[in-house]
Amino acid sequence: MGAGGAPRGEIVALQGLDLAVHEGEFFGLLGPNGAGKTTTIGILTTRVRPTSGSALVGGANVSADAVRVRQRIGVVPQRPNPDRSLNVIENLIFHAAYFGIPASAAFPRANALLEQLGISDKAQAKVDEMSGGQQQRLMIARALIHEPRVIFLDEPTVGLDPQTRLSLWDILRALHNEGRTIVMTTHYMEEADKLCDRIAIVDRGELLELDTPEALKQRAPGGTLVELTLAGDASPVVEPARELEGVLRVEAKGPLLRVYSDRGGRIISPLIALAETSGAAVTNISLTEPSLETLFVSRTGRKLD
Amino acid sequence: MAEPHPVSASSVFFALLRRDVRVARKELAFFLVRTTMQPLLFLIVFGYLLPKMSFLGKGYQTVLLPGILAVSLSLSAIQSVALPMVQDFGWTKEIEDRLLAPVSTQLIAAEKIVAGMLQGVIAAAFVLPIARLVMGPIPALTLSHAGEVLIIVVLGSTAFSALGMWLGTAIAPQQIGLMFSVIIAPMLFFGCAYYPWRGLDVVPVIKYIVLINPMVYVAEGMRGALTPGVPHMPLPLVGIALLAIVIIFWTLGMRSFYKRAIG
Repeated sequence: MGAGGAPRGEIVALQGLDLAVHEGEFFGLLGPNGAGKTTTIGILTTRVRPTSGSALVGGANVSADAVRVRQRIGVVPQRPNPDRSLNVIENLIFHAAYFGIPASAAFPRANALLEQLGISDKAQAKVDEMSGGQQQRLMIARALIHEPRVIFLDEPTVGLDPQTRLSLWDILRALHNEGRTIVMTTHYMEEADKLCDRIAIVDRGELLELDTPEALKQRAPGGTLVELTLAGDASPVVEPARELEGVLRVEAKGPLLRVYSDRGGRIISPLIALAETSGAAVTNISLTEPSLETLFVSRTGRKLD
Repeated sequence: MAEPHPVSASSVFFALLRRDVRVARKELAFFLVRTTMQPLLFLIVFGYLLPKMSFLGKGYQTVLLPGILAVSLSLSAIQSVALPMVQDFGWTKEIEDRLLAPVSTQLIAAEKIVAGMLQGVIAAAFVLPIARLVMGPIPALTLSHAGEVLIIVVLGSTAFSALGMWLGTAIAPQQIGLMFSVIIAPMLFFGCAYYPWRGLDVVPVIKYIVLINPMVYVAEGMRGALTPGVPHMPLPLVGIALLAIVIIFWTLGMRSFYKRAIG
């Protein structure tokens, strides 16, 4: 992203922690709601003023040189916010005009984008006549109309049905293949895993992990995560559970018993038996394969959603 | 990808303005109804019915006409900025696409105020012939000071458009109803729109308190420019007062917009 002689990559300071997104990279910010993802995007897109530290996009400072930053970026918001006073194609033509692109150049580009995103039949429609997924596609088209170098997407698939989500993934992959830099926030593990070159796991404004999805998954604690919710306190079960064959790690948090097992789900019935001998009935059981999810749980003690 | 060409601020400004003009044209019918309904009702009752019933003298129409115009342009300008601002920042967030334009945030606010000013001017241009139609010939009415009329209309519209920017970005969406009853309504009734300022000689306390009301200067200015025969404040004084009001509300509006736009 560095322009001219600047080094490849840029430094983004966030809560005292630096992270750099490389040009052409699909970068994911993964974390639960309230982790500071939207604030990060807000700062990088010049919409939130950082109280301290600095952030650069393509070599331009978001505070001192906001205009130059805006020129380089496209933003897809968390909730679609199209200009409802304008129809679909006007949304794109006027957005292009705000970036100095004349209508004669904007029209073919807008039509091509609507085509690419599968909403060309809606060109003359009112925005309110579109479904949520179609509006989200319009937001992507709008973010692309001025050919930005960097695209920011804030939880782009929240509230979309699974099928629409998958087709959005295809669109994002295609944009990435065109060589664009993409920065996306999400609290869906799978989404980050499937799409991103690198993922930063953030929680409470802090960077916990930063690596490729593969490397992060290898860093996840071994074994399947088995979680049992008991009717009472889970801590008396911790010691006996450690003695079970195939148990790697055990921890208790209130009524929640977390067991990492290299025997997969086969550990469940001895665990239930143990819990019942200690006098606490099991009210819920969940099983998670080693993944970004188990890494997150092991780092924060909480689940993502 | 190549370094994007820098965009000139003026081309973005006019793109923003074109957007507002496009939207205003789409909503022209609503705009005209909204703009003319209140003055029309006032004109029918106070400019036509009451004089015809002899409750009001013929001369009252001469006093009323410039006031009605002042009210129309002021309300139109203030609403055309305040309401969209409340909506955009309050819940729709629609203005986001403009806040991402590669220009300073202040320029985006300035464009909104200019667009509101234009709506005020259009409102005045639309209501004047209607007023003349409803009230019949008004002997004191003259268009020989068209330049002065235009200056007052532009200054007054800008003042109220900037006020709309300030109120629209400073007031919580839930309190927008309150804005009308607590700010707008007293402004109308103590704005010397329905009586000349000199008429308040009879209650000196009110005469001097109303001087804090920007509407007074628009109404008195319209009187001075359209019906110079009726007692009114001196036009240069009105011009200076309006200019000062424009500067104050412009500054407040800009500051408040920026605060809402950049978190």
